[in-house]
Amino acid sequence: MQIHDNPALKAEARNLNFYYGEAKALKGINMPIYDKKVTALIGPSGCGKSTYLRSFNRMHDLYPGNRYEGEIRFFPDNTNLLSPEVDPIEVRMRVGMVFQKPNPFPKSIFENVAYGLRVRGENNKRVLDDKVESALRGAAIWEEVKDRLNELASNLSGGQQQRLCIARALATDPELLLFDEPTSALDPIATAAIEELVHELKKRVTILIVTHNMQQAARVSDYTAYMFLGEMIEFGKTDEIFIKPKDKRTEDYITGRMG
Amino acid sequence: MNSQAMSANNPSELPVVSDRLARNALRNVSERLIEALLLSAAAVSVLTTVGIVYVLVSESIHFFQQVSIVDFLTDTQWTPLFDDAHFGIMVLVSGTVVSSVVALAVAVPMGTIIAIYLSEFANSRVREIAKPILELLGGIPTIVFGYFALLVVTPILQVIFPELPGFSLLSAGLVMGIMIVPYIASLSEDAMRAVPMSLREGAYAMGSTRLYTALHVVVPAAFSGLAASYILAISRAVGETMILAVAAGMQPNLTWNPMEPAATITSYIVQVALGDLPHGSIGYLTIFAAGLTLLLITLVFNILGQWLRAKFRENY
Amino acid sequence: MQPLTNEQIRAVIARGKLKDTIFKGLGLFCLSIALLVIVALIADMVIKGSDRFTLDFFLNFASRRATQAGILSAWVGSLLVMLVTALAAVPLGVAAGLYLEEYAKRNWLTHVIEVNISNLAAVPSIVYGLLALGIFVYKFGFGQSILSAGLTLALLILPIIIVATREAIRAIPAMIREGSMAVGATRWQTCRYHIIPYAMPGILTGVIIGLARAIGETAPIITIGALTFIAFLPPVPFTGEPPAGLFDWVMSPFTVMPIQIFNWTSRPDPAFEVNAAAAGFVLMVMVLSMNAVAIYLRYKMRKNIKW
Repeated sequence: MQIHDNPALKAEARNLNFYYGEAKALKGINMPIYDKKVTALIGPSGCGKSTYLRSFNRMHDLYPGNRYEGEIRFFPDNTNLLSPEVDPIEVRMRVGMVFQKPNPFPKSIFENVAYGLRVRGENNKRVLDDKVESALRGAAIWEEVKDRLNELASNLSGGQQQRLCIARALATDPELLLFDEPTSALDPIATAAIEELVHELKKRVTILIVTHNMQQAARVSDYTAYMFLGEMIEFGKTDEIFIKPKDKRTEDYITGRMG
Repeated sequence: MNSQAMSANNPSELPVVSDRLARNALRNVSERLIEALLLSAAAVSVLTTVGIVYVLVSESIHFFQQVSIVDFLTDTQWTPLFDDAHFGIMVLVSGTVVSSVVALAVAVPMGTIIAIYLSEFANSRVREIAKPILELLGGIPTIVFGYFALLVVTPILQVIFPELPGFSLLSAGLVMGIMIVPYIASLSEDAMRAVPMSLREGAYAMGSTRLYTALHVVVPAAFSGLAASYILAISRAVGETMILAVAAGMQPNLTWNPMEPAATITSYIVQVALGDLPHGSIGYLTIFAAGLTLLLITLVFNILGQWLRAKFRENY
Repeated sequence: MQPLTNEQIRAVIARGKLKDTIFKGLGLFCLSIALLVIVALIADMVIKGSDRFTLDFFLNFASRRATQAGILSAWVGSLLVMLVTALAAVPLGVAAGLYLEEYAKRNWLTHVIEVNISNLAAVPSIVYGLLALGIFVYKFGFGQSILSAGLTLALLILPIIIVATREAIRAIPAMIREGSMAVGATRWQTCRYHIIPYAMPGILTGVIIGLARAIGETAPIITIGALTFIAFLPPVPFTGEPPAGLFDWVMSPFTVMPIQIFNWTSRPDPAFEVNAAAAGFVLMVMVLSMNAVAIYLRYKMRKNIKW
């Protein structure tokens, strides 16, 4: 892989394998994640892109029978996120995640955003107020909700809920933010708002985003990886992947001959 | 053949529906008859309700022709079979309330903890052992629980509280609480398991521990189901009869102290039914007035439960 | 707020995990109390009642002498009452469940019936006793008979059977119904040849659970005025002079197991405690084995059926 003048590494998968019980879902993945950049994962359904994404915050540890092999190195401290000695809860405190469907908790808008802070033992009202406001501003939803912070989050529209979930993830200043098809349940206008937000957010946080929508990958990402059947087929700068893919399979997928 | 050929030549004479496709009158009638039979079976449940209301109300009307409703609600004595008869239902209500509070103080925490444990912590092996145990506990006849309260639990409690009498609301209430645990545990667990995984994943992705996720995300999300299980538990406690009839003593006693013996609404009905009261006498009528009180109390909680469920219905 | 250091984060996580562990212990503790109660209950009755586990205990009538008293009239009475209960509740409950799932239109009548059934399930059992006392015993003149008791318990467990029937029917996929209708079967033929047979294991589970509940019920039967001292047996069912004699047994006075236990438990003489323990154990075996059969049936059903 020839990549020149690249920024610093934030994380790197090294020969990563993953098993759901007996089934091997990820096969020897090697891939860098660059600091303060947006990296998109594309590929047909079932190619393992979500499985790969969920390895970064050890979500698979929640279910019995799942097994990792290989490493995900996390920088600057060069920790292997998958090491059995590393506590998955500690990983999740450093790596935020936004899900496919908005999943606000059955609490007020304020408490949703404050959740991660309270998990960390923060209960000072002034600190919470500040952090919640800056997270909501960061997720470009402050103006819409500032007068209704005590309303239930479920009263918001789908697009607002998803931005609230982004604010929830931002409130704890994660180093890496995972997006798992964040717009697949949203309408085009809400989708555009989220895409703009992702663009804005890369100034402060590294982003890894799974998307089934190639235009979206082209619009928001700096780097793109194409996955197929649990393998990493091709990784490179987004422009290069979309304009002149090196692998025939990537080309077939991008030009719509497969998928 | 001939007629067919003829009618084919003249489309206006074709039958609208051929014989084979025409509605079969006989079949139609028998289907209707079966439907009517099935409906009448379903209607038995409505008749049961009508019957309950009719019996309780009509006998209670006879009762209230002889006893003023104000006395019934305010008198502090319940001595319907004495010459100097008093009919203060509060005496029986106090026994019911005290024993129910004791039972709920045991059942609500225990049932909720078990439900959270089974839904959020236990692996499938523990669950497969625990659930049948709870079902068996829920299946034990209440008379056996009554025996257990009187002859096993009371003597143990008397070691701790030497002044505890042989009959007490405390002992009956504690055992009643154990009896109710499976109801709360299984209904609450169902409600919590219905909370979608995506909510839990959201919480875990923020770095929550299991207990924090359970208490701050899953329990609030399942609130209506939990509330419904508590309401059902109250109905069970208020309506429970045999444990109290056996272990709480049956003498009417206006008290708020669980260490005392007392009659409840239900155990009073049992006491009268065991005797030989003439049909239509005032003593006979009291059990219907007591039964009506009991039904109204459970009805209030039932309506409250349905209201809670409708108000806080979760749409995930 | 300064970002937390790694040490602080680890301290927070450690505290959280400690609470997790404490709660796990608490959960297991509560579960073990439940188990302990079952074990203590059975052990107490077995140990206290062991002297009475003789054939005589099952073949003797009640007596004023504790050592000579037995449970013959009680277990025979329980079986006969269950027979009446099953004969009344099973057809009614299955028919009602079938109606609500397969026939009922979404109208006010259906709504009333459904609300009714869920409300009835929460009505205290002793209230059913008062209903039976007013209607069956006096209005219909059935007296304090096996018939009155059986019908009372049938009404009591009707909601259980209806709910079980409905759940079993709901688990049958629509394609089965459509397949049957598509070859020209009427609604009833579809029910008769497909729905009822396929729902049978689920219905049976509900029936067993309902009967297990009924056999342990005491309060409603005491309320209708069942006697506690019965030293004779009802006529053997279906053996009397036809046609009226066939049903002599249903009008007979009776006692049942729970009432016998209640009677012995409430006597001051401790010698009767032994009888109560032994009879309680017999009742527990009856109820728990019925429940165990139901749990097993359900477990097997879940494993076998794959649509």
